[in-house]
Amino acid sequence: MSPTVHDIEQRPAVTSLRSKDLLGISDLTPDEINLILDTADAMKEVASRPIKKVPALRGKTVVNLFFEPSTRTRTSFEIAEKRLSADTLNIAIATSSVVKGETLADTAMNLEAMRPDMIVLRHSSSGACHLLSRICRSAIINAGDGMHEHPTQALLDAFTIRERKKQLKGLKVAIIGDLLHSRVLRSNILLLTKMGADVWVCGPPTLMPTDIRRFGVNATSNVEHAVRDADVIMMLRIQLERMEGAYFPSLREYFNVFGMTEARMQLAKPDVMIMHPGPMNRGVEIASEVADGPYSVILDQVANGVAVRMAVLYLLAGGAKHEEAA
Amino acid sequence: MKRLLKGGRVVDPANGIDGVRDILIDGERIARVGADLPVNGATVTEIPDGLIVCPGFIDMHVHLREPGQEHKETVATGTASAVAGGFTAVACMPNTSPVNDDANVTTYILEKAREANLARVYPIGAVSKGSQGELLADIADLRKAGCVAITDDGHPTKTAILLRRALEYAAMFGMPVIEHCEDPSLMGDGVAHEGYYAAALGLRGIPGAAEALGAERGMLLAELTGSHFHVAHMSARASLRAVRKAKEAGIRVTCEVAPHHFTLTDEALSTPIAYDTNTKMNPPLREAADRDSMVEGIADGSVDAIATDHAPHHYDEKKVEFDRAPFGIVGLETAVPLTLDRLVHTGRIRLTRMVELLSMNPARILNVPGGTLSEGAPADVTIIAPDLKVTIEAARLRSRSKNTPFDGWQLRGGIAATMVGGRPLFVNSETRISL
Repeated sequence: MSPTVHDIEQRPAVTSLRSKDLLGISDLTPDEINLILDTADAMKEVASRPIKKVPALRGKTVVNLFFEPSTRTRTSFEIAEKRLSADTLNIAIATSSVVKGETLADTAMNLEAMRPDMIVLRHSSSGACHLLSRICRSAIINAGDGMHEHPTQALLDAFTIRERKKQLKGLKVAIIGDLLHSRVLRSNILLLTKMGADVWVCGPPTLMPTDIRRFGVNATSNVEHAVRDADVIMMLRIQLERMEGAYFPSLREYFNVFGMTEARMQLAKPDVMIMHPGPMNRGVEIASEVADGPYSVILDQVANGVAVRMAVLYLLAGGAKHEEAA
Repeated sequence: MKRLLKGGRVVDPANGIDGVRDILIDGERIARVGADLPVNGATVTEIPDGLIVCPGFIDMHVHLREPGQEHKETVATGTASAVAGGFTAVACMPNTSPVNDDANVTTYILEKAREANLARVYPIGAVSKGSQGELLADIADLRKAGCVAITDDGHPTKTAILLRRALEYAAMFGMPVIEHCEDPSLMGDGVAHEGYYAAALGLRGIPGAAEALGAERGMLLAELTGSHFHVAHMSARASLRAVRKAKEAGIRVTCEVAPHHFTLTDEALSTPIAYDTNTKMNPPLREAADRDSMVEGIADGSVDAIATDHAPHHYDEKKVEFDRAPFGIVGLETAVPLTLDRLVHTGRIRLTRMVELLSMNPARILNVPGGTLSEGAPADVTIIAPDLKVTIEAARLRSRSKNTPFDGWQLRGGIAATMVGGRPLFVNSETRISL
């Protein structure tokens, strides 16, 4: 019993993903992105059922390998896996560069020896998923690698935008915050520009990646310019330790210059969506009135995360093809 | 024993020679150079057409890792790698374990070199004890034991005042101070050149300005002290600009560029293999404008030497997350093919310039024998095969470590033979030379 086969067949563009892994949005074509979002549409319906479970990944073993603390993403993946009937295993490993433990490659090879089907990896080093992908036969799903990518976050953001605005093409999306250290930013830029959105990024020049315009976005440190007539405003988390790195003088000043207030929000389109990947710092990058206000879709993002991750897991497991075999 | 290298094209810029000459080697030294020398009972080696006889190449920047890190390289494996790559001599950096800040370490390295009996080894001593940047090392002792220069390589000399004292003190022995130019605060915990590719891959950046600032500091102090300052492994165009200005101003500065910095750009971080730790070195692979600038500097004479920064690391150490991998790649066996393929065959430099960069200038900078085929000079000879088709195979490198980004590269130009003190130590069976 598949909730997705019918829907996929209506889309002639592509019916499967080319890669065995989801390392980043950079590897996906617009057709593949649409495929994932369409599949997620069908997956979302599962959450509204009294019995929230389909057998799509029955007999599949999924390892959630988290080297960084994460509540939202790990929980979201785990719920998604369980709703697809996968056997799941959570491994949380606290790491620091001082602790001399097993190498990531050895951890991966040991897990691989037990023949899991998929490994969902969260790691503080950019490129950690690429390393695993070269070692493992299992499908690797990037659940956030360093400052590089967080592809399922960008997919769930796109899904949430598409739900409200029907399409991504032509929308003005303003992304505001710590651009330099954000994997959410990189995945969102890649996805939104591929899908034809007009992306504006905004933050202090000290937190702006080099050559950011080469990514096909408008960059500004003037938050009013970024927000004006925006369809979507996406706020990124500001970490306290950035202040100590002298990226900006104080949280108070940051909020005064870049924080999302109701007044600034007035510059955007009347039906603007306010998004945040979490965890939020209320009063730092976003005023509580905005976060809790009528334009906020922050909790929708969380809800949609499960459906999008179900879609990714399902498609990487082989989609309908795998189900027939089972 | 006498040996006559007969009928080869000889390129010896120190003597203004580029033409067919015979070279008579008597024991460990060059006895005569001239046209159609009489055989007089010498063993005759005919130099086949297309091969070129050069003074032995000298790599003034290698890490031999011994003592202390013999799992990466030893003096024996490193010098085997050197002769296979056409280098008759190498100068080895002091960041061993223990640091070469003591005559006993220098003596140990030279003893290992004598045992290996391959390429000549010129140890470079530390500027400061333990390279900790506090107290000067016993530099006179190091000199006496055989060191030819001083550096705290791996890191910049900790403070400007220490670098000043080092320059002043080393001048007493006619030694240059070699500097790993880098401003530590701009370097931060960077792992790749600060540019588009690091931004796309989410890697912490190291701007070119970090290096240029270190180079400027050293050149100001060279001006202040009148001493010889040498910029190691230069990679940033801003550093080259500063070096040119300093040279115009008459400051005693020299500089070297590594083959990977005139060949690759930071694009290699992402393709063909994303996050390949063999593209991680310090200074990092820079953007195209920097790479092109290094080639220009090499062509116009602003750059004095090509040096490899040969930095062997065990594969275990490189098979980790990019930001945790050590900096560095091996270079001894890829330097000459890359120089021929990328600089000579592209028309950017002539062979005479190549020999200046790889032999004459390093000898002059370090004030060591060689760098020329003059009569009476050591019979250190590198015979190159400029048109030989070479495929780099990491697994077949003589170095104990295989960390190269050039695995599988096909290049035009290689080594035919390497002779140290008249002894043929490497002969390439793919060329028609017999020694």
